[in-house]
Parts: sequence; structure tokens; C-alpha cells
Amino acid sequence: MSLYQLSKLLYELNRDDALKARFREAPESVADGYALTGEERTALLQPDIGLLYVLGVNGQILMHYAAFCGIEWSDYLQRMRDGVKAHGPVRAGIYAMTTSVDEKIAGA
Amino acid sequence: MSLVFSGVCSHAPGITGRADRAPVEQKEALYAAFDDMRARLHATRPDAIIVIAAEHFANFFMNNMPAYAMGMADGYDGPIEDPAWLAIPKRRAKGDPDLSQRLIAEVQQTVDVAFAEEWRFDHGIMVPLHFLDPHNELTVIPANINCQGPPLTPLHRAWAFGEALRRAADAVPERIALVGTGGISHWPATPDSGRINEAWDRDFLDRWSRGDKAAMLDYTDAQTYAEAGQGGFEIRTFIAAAAAARGRGTVHYFEPIPIFAVGCTVATMEIA
Repeated sequence: MSLYQLSKLLYELNRDDALKARFREAPESVADGYALTGEERTALLQPDIGLLYVLGVNGQILMHYAAFCGIEWSDYLQRMRDGVKAHGPVRAGIYAMTTSVDEKIAGA
Repeated sequence: MSLVFSGVCSHAPGITGRADRAPVEQKEALYAAFDDMRARLHATRPDAIIVIAAEHFANFFMNNMPAYAMGMADGYDGPIEDPAWLAIPKRRAKGDPDLSQRLIAEVQQTVDVAFAEEWRFDHGIMVPLHFLDPHNELTVIPANINCQGPPLTPLHRAWAFGEALRRAADAVPERIALVGTGGISHWPATPDSGRINEAWDRDFLDRWSRGDKAAMLDYTDAQTYAEAGQGGFEIRTFIAAAAAARGRGTVHYFEPIPIFAVGCTVATMEIA
């Protein structure tokens, strides 16, 4: 259920401007409101987009979190590749990578 | 009065958000196809447009995920995304709760559709509206098929939803247009973004254009995932649009545009 909690935090963050403001101010306190594992919490707060991807966060949520963090599109794609290199294949969800880590498809 | 228009189009956020990164001739051809679709749509003088989208966690999450949902609000704000990221300014689209209620009541005769008096548009609806309703004039009835969080509704049920929408559109006095947005093969928001299975897309569009129900429903989610990516689950919106139209389809534009992360499609189907 923990990936669910992580995903829910990102879903709510994407929808709620007040939560965005709170997150900018005190991200740890927002994270405290969700039952995250240590690994998830670290990935969220860094932010480690590659690890969030490997943990199985749905791409449709993750790409908005990356945009919120000011991460440009090509950089976003590269960070996911780097995440797979560092942490291994995607562990859960439906957004598994299907190309090799050095194979750039488009936009990077 | 009746369903007066049915079509399908792509809704990838890159179409607007990364417009300047596509080859200019490809972008212009796609945009021209959207312009043409807008002209065809408005020529039917619709009183309202049902947009069947595959929304992306803008409104619904896995604490209570409806397989099918329709909006019943007097207005809908969007985009939920950062307007600069999507390159679409915020707007409030017009709704019609009374019309929604009548449509939903008829749909419910055969499909258990959730209804929502609050609904915010993401790129799945905003990108099509950006092209099809640039002056924010249309009355919009949003509809959604869950294509994001498995377990996903079976394809034959997506067909049944389209049939129900047709019956509902034919039962109200208003002129109703319908646009399905989503699909076809793509791996959005992943390192594979830009991967497109063109042969799979063309085969699906052939089945769609023939209005061949059996062929359109002859996919498993496992096959779709393997051959067309998680974005391929969105063919449900195309299938519903075909079920509503009952006719033959014409693909006005199809071109893989990797930086937009999808084989971009603009197509209409005759109302039979």
C-alpha cells in the first residue's frame, strides 16, 4: 500500500494549489501526512525522479511532479533512464521501461 | 435530437506543450487536420459536445476509480496542468447540468456510469478543446473511461458505453457531437516516450475505419501493453466513439510524431 500512498501524495499535490504552497514551504511536513517508506520519502524529497519511476509511480503523475520541480522534459526522460541504471528495473505498476537505458527515443 | 458528429483525435500534452520541438511541416499538417476537424464539427451545429477522454488522475484516483464517469456541472475549469507546461491558458468551459442529467439517466439504462458535479479538465480534454473550440464557445459534457489504473474495463464494455451514449444522444432534443480522445500505441511519460508502433496503429485504425466491432474488440490488455504500451489502453475511447457512430470512419490524418509521444490521429466517423 505504500506505493499507493506515495502516488496519492503526488496526485493531491498536482491538484491542489494550497498543498503545492505548503510543499514548497515545508515538504517534510507534507510527507509526514502519508505512510511512506524511508526510500519513498527520500526519493520524494530529493527529488529523485529516477527512483520514483523505479518504485512504480505512474508516469502520468510523475511527469507533473517533475514539471512542478522545474525539471525540463528531456532532463525528465534522462533522469528516469539514470534511475533504472542506478536502481534496476521498475518494480511495480504499468510503466516499465521497454527500451535499453542508453536508447534515446525522442526528446532527449 | 440526435448524435450529429463523431470523431477521434489525439490529446498528448506534447502536441501543444512541445509544439516547437516537432518538425515544422509535421506540426503544421497536424494542426491543419485539427482545423479541418473543427470545421467539420461546427458545421453540424452541435448544442453540446461529449468529450470521451482517458483522464490522467486529474479527478479520479484509486481510492474510488470509476470505470465510466460523466460530468454534470455548469462549468469545468482547466487545464489542471501548469498552463505554461501545456501551453494552454486556463479557461472555464461551459457545462449544462440539466442536459448531463438527462444523458446520464439514459446511459444508466445499460451502463453504470458515475457522475460528477465537479470535474477539472486535464490535457486529455484541454488539448482537443484547444483546437476544436478555441473561442470557448461549446457546451461540453466530459466523459471518462478509466485507462490509467488497472483493472481496466473490458473493451466490449467500452463498446457498450459508446452505444449507450448514442442512445442517450438520440433521446434528447439537443444536437449532440461526440469526440473520443486517446490512444493509440504510445509509452507516454516514460523513458520510452516517443516509441510508436506504427504498424499496430495502422492496423487498429483500419479496423476502426471499417467499423468492425469484432476486430476492434479482439485485443487483450496484455497484448496491447506488450505491443502498444500503456498508452494503448486508451483505444477504449476510439472504440466508444465508433460504437456511438455505427458507421465507417475516415482517417484524415495519421503520422507518428515522436516528440509528441504518439502517432497523431485525426479521424471522423459517419453517423449511421
